[in-house]
Amino acid sequence: MPDPKAAPPLTGSAAEGEMRRLTRRSFATGAVAALAGLGGWRWLTAGAALEDGLPWPLRRVLRFNQRLAEGYSSPRRLAPSFPADSVQGPARTNGLVGLSGEVKASAWELRVRHEGRRAEQVVSLRAVQALPRTDLVTELKCVEGWSQVMHFGGVRFRDFVTRFGLATRSGRAPDPETNPQDLYRYVYLATPDEGYYVGLDMASALHPQTLLCDALNGQRLTRQHGAPLRLYLAVKYGYKSLKRIGLIRFQDQRPSDYWAARGYDWYAGL
Amino acid sequence: MNRLEPKHPRAVRWMHWVNAPVLGVMIWSGLLIYWANDVFAVRAGGVTLFHFFPGWFYRALGLEHGLAAGMAYHFAFMWLFAVNGSLYVLYTLISGEWRHLLPNRHTPREAWQVVLHDLKLRKGPLPRGKFNGAQRLAYTGVILMGAGSLLTGLAIYKPTQLAWLTSLLGGYAWARGEHFALTVGYVLFFVIHVAQVMRAGWNNFRAMVTGYELVPVEEQGHA
Repeated sequence: MPDPKAAPPLTGSAAEGEMRRLTRRSFATGAVAALAGLGGWRWLTAGAALEDGLPWPLRRVLRFNQRLAEGYSSPRRLAPSFPADSVQGPARTNGLVGLSGEVKASAWELRVRHEGRRAEQVVSLRAVQALPRTDLVTELKCVEGWSQVMHFGGVRFRDFVTRFGLATRSGRAPDPETNPQDLYRYVYLATPDEGYYVGLDMASALHPQTLLCDALNGQRLTRQHGAPLRLYLAVKYGYKSLKRIGLIRFQDQRPSDYWAARGYDWYAGL
Repeated sequence: MNRLEPKHPRAVRWMHWVNAPVLGVMIWSGLLIYWANDVFAVRAGGVTLFHFFPGWFYRALGLEHGLAAGMAYHFAFMWLFAVNGSLYVLYTLISGEWRHLLPNRHTPREAWQVVLHDLKLRKGPLPRGKFNGAQRLAYTGVILMGAGSLLTGLAIYKPTQLAWLTSLLGGYAWARGEHFALTVGYVLFFVIHVAQVMRAGWNNFRAMVTGYELVPVEEQGHA
């Protein structure tokens, strides 16, 4: 819309002269902005110090994204579940780190530790399996980009910590709503040799779709899928669903994580 | 004789030129991610006509083994893309620029005339105006594509927290395909956009940098 109060448009040589002036000024500004952008990019991609394989500003943004997601996420938000017969084909595997050698399910034990406590608890596989069973048919999302409907059978992680008095300082059942201070902030889980390990925020660990599993697609777990006991989370990429759990540790410091140490997001929340 | 006329507001120029490299980074990091599971192809009757992408493409552009970095860049620069795009929409709404950009009742006919003109099938002058019908469709369309990228992107970024959105888009695998298809759309837009800008010439291009255009005085009153 032309402004009636504005001066009449320039014409002829006055217009040409003004255009030359505007062109010089705008292109100079553009060149400075482009150089600044290029410099910033070169610094980000090649200059900034790396933090676990990523330029530190990107790690900062990932943490910011995590805080935002944690503010929004809720244990009531569930991954969609599917009818059991929508499972198609054999379950894909990806990653066998920490799974070398055979395991004996009959004598399997979980070692459970709490930060600042000397005593280690030992929970037998049989004691875990005695908990109320849950079946979950959801779509596993691999960080690579593929997804597959899988049917996991096991027990809720929340039931597990409640039954054995874990994850809280008092030993009472977790109560994230009214007594969050009683809970440790994080969980660290690892294979018996600690060749593969994951760190989880407590909210994700206690999510109703987080299971300790001994069955996949109606069969007992195979070695490739993490026998005799593995983790499954619907709220994370597959790389957080640790196979062959040997060690669980509750702590307040953010635990290390196998793939986060190799440039991936620590939170990996879906 | 020429007359100096304002064309593109300063805010629009800045947001346009900020968007260009930001979208470039989004596509580059998106390709780093896509490489890890490059399942899309154009198929007809069980025959693959074109696979996205052949191996030489990744090798030539250095897109192999970059999933972790790709995700980090994608989930950082998405903020710039979203904020810049939202500011643009907000600005066009508040400033009234939308009147030049949104399709109106003349647009379909005009866009068709432009296509015939550009294919040299139609002689005679095109309708005057800041943006012709074809431009209105293209520039409104690409903004809708941007909104589509944000929505399909959110659906595959948080498929559990935003499960309703993911389901609405046909599920996780579909949303991933839609997100990819939109990117192919940007590349097509870019090719046509650059070709048209080159055809339109220096005066037109300069207006996207300076904000002003030199218009022949004879046409006064027809703008």
